[in-house]
Amino acid sequence: MLDVVWLIPALPLAGFLCILLFGRKLGDPKAGYFATAMVAGSFVVTLGVFFDLLSKTAEERHHVKTLFQWVPLGSAHIDLAFLADPLSITMCLFVTGIGSLIHLYAIGYMHGDPRFSKFFLYLNLFAFSMLMLVLGSNMLVTFLGWEGVGTCSYFLISFWHEKDSAATAGKKAFVTNRVGDWGFMMAMFFAFWAVGSLDYSAINGAAASLSVTTATAIALFAFIGACGKSAQLPLYLWLPDAMEGPTPVSALIHAATMVTAGVYLMCRISPILNVASSYAPTIIAIVGAATALYAACVAVAQNDIKKVLAYSTVSQLGYMFLAVGSGAYTAAIFHMVTHAFFKALLFLGAGSVIHGMHHEQDMRRMGALRKLMPITAATFIIGWLAIAGVPPFAGFWSKDDILLAAYDKNIVLWVVGLVTALLTAFYMTRQVIMVFYGEARWHDAHEEHGAAGDLGVSAHGDLEPHESPWMMVTPLVVLAGLSIVGGGLNLPFKESTERLALWLEPVVGVHTSTTAKLPLALVAIAVGLVGIAGAYAVYYFKKVKPVEPKILADAWGYDRAVSAFMGGPGRKAFDGVAWADAHLIDGAVNGSGELVRGAAGQVRKLQTGNVRNYAAAIGASVVLLLVWFVVIRGLL
Amino acid sequence: MIAVAHPTTTWYLLLSALLFAIGVVGVLVRRNPLVLFMCIELMLNAVNLSFVAFAKRMGDIGGESTVFFVMVVAAAEVVVGLGIVVAILRRKPNATTDDLSELKG
Amino acid sequence: MGALLAADTLHGPKVDWFALTPLIILLGGAMVLLLVAALTPAWPKRAYALFTVAVGSAAAVMSFILWDRINHQGAKTLVGDAMWLDKPGVWIAITVCIGVVMAALLTDDYLRREGIDGPELYVLYLLAALGAIVMASANDLIVLFLGLEILSLALYVMAASHRKRADSQESGLKYFILGGFSSAFLLYGIALIYGSSGSTNLGKIESYFRLNPILDHSKETLALAGVALLIVGLAFKVAAVPFHFWSPDVYEGAPTPVTAFMASVGKAAAFAAMLRVLLQGLPHWAQDYRPAIWTIAVLTLVGGSVMAVVQTNVKRMLAFSSISHAGYLLVGVEAAAHNAGNGLSSTGVSSVLMYLLVYTVLVGGTFAVVTAVGRTGDGATDLAGFRGLGRSKPALALGMTVLLLAQAGVPLTSGFVAKFGVIGDAVRVHSYAIAIIAMVSAVIAAFLYLRIMISMWIAEPEAGDDAREAVRVPALLCVAITLSVGFTLAIGFFPDWLIHAAP
Repeated sequence: MLDVVWLIPALPLAGFLCILLFGRKLGDPKAGYFATAMVAGSFVVTLGVFFDLLSKTAEERHHVKTLFQWVPLGSAHIDLAFLADPLSITMCLFVTGIGSLIHLYAIGYMHGDPRFSKFFLYLNLFAFSMLMLVLGSNMLVTFLGWEGVGTCSYFLISFWHEKDSAATAGKKAFVTNRVGDWGFMMAMFFAFWAVGSLDYSAINGAAASLSVTTATAIALFAFIGACGKSAQLPLYLWLPDAMEGPTPVSALIHAATMVTAGVYLMCRISPILNVASSYAPTIIAIVGAATALYAACVAVAQNDIKKVLAYSTVSQLGYMFLAVGSGAYTAAIFHMVTHAFFKALLFLGAGSVIHGMHHEQDMRRMGALRKLMPITAATFIIGWLAIAGVPPFAGFWSKDDILLAAYDKNIVLWVVGLVTALLTAFYMTRQVIMVFYGEARWHDAHEEHGAAGDLGVSAHGDLEPHESPWMMVTPLVVLAGLSIVGGGLNLPFKESTERLALWLEPVVGVHTSTTAKLPLALVAIAVGLVGIAGAYAVYYFKKVKPVEPKILADAWGYDRAVSAFMGGPGRKAFDGVAWADAHLIDGAVNGSGELVRGAAGQVRKLQTGNVRNYAAAIGASVVLLLVWFVVIRGLL
Repeated sequence: MIAVAHPTTTWYLLLSALLFAIGVVGVLVRRNPLVLFMCIELMLNAVNLSFVAFAKRMGDIGGESTVFFVMVVAAAEVVVGLGIVVAILRRKPNATTDDLSELKG
Repeated sequence: MGALLAADTLHGPKVDWFALTPLIILLGGAMVLLLVAALTPAWPKRAYALFTVAVGSAAAVMSFILWDRINHQGAKTLVGDAMWLDKPGVWIAITVCIGVVMAALLTDDYLRREGIDGPELYVLYLLAALGAIVMASANDLIVLFLGLEILSLALYVMAASHRKRADSQESGLKYFILGGFSSAFLLYGIALIYGSSGSTNLGKIESYFRLNPILDHSKETLALAGVALLIVGLAFKVAAVPFHFWSPDVYEGAPTPVTAFMASVGKAAAFAAMLRVLLQGLPHWAQDYRPAIWTIAVLTLVGGSVMAVVQTNVKRMLAFSSISHAGYLLVGVEAAAHNAGNGLSSTGVSSVLMYLLVYTVLVGGTFAVVTAVGRTGDGATDLAGFRGLGRSKPALALGMTVLLLAQAGVPLTSGFVAKFGVIGDAVRVHSYAIAIIAMVSAVIAAFLYLRIMISMWIAEPEAGDDAREAVRVPALLCVAITLSVGFTLAIGFFPDWLIHAAP
């Protein structure tokens, strides 16, 4: 079974090619079912490979399937080869599993879109690239997938390019991702120069013999790459903008799979990270913790249902890097998996809400949706409990593992992690209340907004929010189930229940801790509950007051409530962070793009079209060259 | 008594460099395409002078024979250049190189 | 009397005619085409092009046979030490022949579409290819100069050959003036090297400087100035910054098939000549010219990719892209200059040659698409002309996408293999700074290719788009694009054999 590992990426590729050729003929919704079947098929193959690996002893769980020799390098080769080991197969399982659920969901969500089949074309191409990234047995194959997912992400963000902001967001994603790509390329070249190979097994095998400086350089460059792909400070800002894309894309690419590629890369080269000088992991941990806290702060001040989730994703990714920097790779992967469950669930839930609300995304225009969309509401609430860290939901266990590792690394990191957990519980509770509880504020929303005739409205006709069709609801239910039991992968009670840690041990080693787990866990639970209670107090009891005459004023009332709760300065701080986000960091990225543009614009003026000016440029260059050769090299 | 300086090959080399420089400056400042050609021809012939001077200095026939090749090339260049210029002037009489700057940026 | 006659016999150099067959075929083909076509009424559709393809292919086949002969008998010099018969030379000859075939495939429909008939352009292709091969195999600076002029004069005429377009003539004149200007510098450089070493033969120059490592002051100055001017002439031909100004204007103005020919054949010949001059003739001065090459390479890499960002005409974009490719090739030259003493077996040479072959095929296919999109009048080459190509001609757009991805150096395409080769060699000779800069410029340049792709696939149709003339892809153009895309992908997946074959 291990030898068919190549089928895992091949099936989505086949799907891509078929839709490319026959997409229009298949149409809506057959193209969607076909694409879903391809990814689901690849999930089945992954399961087969998984059980095959499971039947082997821990040492034998490493299989390389070489398709062909690719780039020759002197005596060695870079091969187009796939590596099946516990890490890659874990990634494959949730990429294909969640991927097929989201494909299914998208059939309902994209129904009626004029470019329905093209959407699935990109989705299948994305699945293929992501699986190449994960399964590649050397950095080059990973890089190929890395570029592929970036490109697909770019195309999918700009999918509704009728909107101007969508096109801009795509561009921003492109620029920041290219910075990350550069980091990856540098890491690749350093690794190649130091080891003479790009194979992970060779690089990781040679880790012990590398000089500390080299290992540090490889690790830090790879981390730059990871920052770009996984949206860490300061390269994170494309991710919130990426929400311009259709919601299934946000769920699949910008929550569950692609953005975790950076974390995967760091885990993949973890032996290098272990050899690197100690400041490298510390930098990673600090960046992770800072991103987690920062993004959680921003999330508190968002009103767009997807923006909240986007910043939340950035924040949760920060957690994963905190774990990587603390040496707890298993915890990072564990959180990656549980996060994929509950964040995909939350995004799909949000998508269901948006779908039901006819493409309204402003939470201030929602409220009281739980009666009209019962399944969406119930599953969303499960997702909320999971991310807020309430036991026994999935998020609690993985977050707890990370906090434990952070505590071992440095108590400050742990405190930052706790504050983030508090804020997470707070803003998620705020979101649930604003969307599903309180007053129904969406009637007015339609008077102002619905008439604008957003995409697909005409297909629905009615103006009442409604529950979504079965292909959208089924994934929600499945993911909700996973969000409840996902923690069972790695229960910290005794060694034998830490299944994920045992499973991943041959690849990433094991993180041992002597700290007592129970008190830390209790503190974390307490913090989560405080966050929920705080938000409940602010948003729910606010609602008990006499109904205010104007919905809009009511909406602004929530903002006032925030400022009342946080106090003037706190409010300003959040605003400040949001402002800095919008202006400074955004400006820096736009700025570097503008710099290139500006420079090019200036240089362009030199290209006057007048042949005498060109001759003068040549003449001047001749003089410079003569000065170099004759004066500097000859006379001096 | 008038001192008679005997010209050495170095003089010719300097003269050649001077002629070459005149040609370069001509290309940079003149606007008539025909004059530009003449300046380029001047540059090539300045180099020819260098070849001859070097050949003389080293007593080597190679440099002198090179001159014939260069002359042929220069003649071919003139033919091609004039062809292009005539075609352009037929379209735009009295065009200078400054007028021919539609392609830019 | 008999003795007198015998004493009078001239002893010319011994000529190995067989080794010159590719040149003879190209020259003969050109002459036949010119004479026969002048004496006969217009040939049927495609006949000129197919004849040119046949001549180019025959020359390529002969080159392969010569390649095999070198495998058995080793490299040697020809015609009294004036030319080389060696693997790099034959490799470039094959590359040039491929360039001729590609250009001929592009030209046929173009000429009929534009209402220009006659075989002249094909004759010029064949003659230019002859010059390019002479230039690339030259072992004597004067032979190199002659080859360069044969190539350049043909290119000037080709650029100006679209008589109905003012742009074409303007570009021809610009190219001619600047080309003449810079080849005068090159010639002066040759004269100065001759003056200091006493020869124009690369082998003799090399041994003179090797045997007289300490030159008197005036000779050293002459030699250094000569090296500088030689670099000027060659850097102009490869369109390296700051000698690149001609190339965007000429690429835009010239007929599109000619642009393809210029970008592929011109570049291949000039780089081969540069390698010969710097590594076979002047390795003694490597320490002096390496920093200059380094600087030019960096300027070219950054300049090419940055300036492309603000362009809106695809031919101009591709001109800047071609400049940035020249930058990558210069990275390879710079790497080779690190161990210049090894002549053409230096690290870096084979990557450069490999790059040139790959680029020739790539650029042929890319400009084939541009030729089709240019539509009648060859004017619709701005980004708007590509708008909606993904809808109206999806296969063509897909082919273009593959070619653009390859130009950007995306893995699994030939462009990646080429870029990987030169950057890998730069790393191997510990030239890290330039490798890093090359990677940064790849990052910037990606934007340019993406813009074209967006225009084809994503950009919304605008009013009047449907009124435009439809894009036609005639048979020969289709063949060119298919070959180019096929080669690009084949090398992307299986680069092994080609890399091993590269000398």
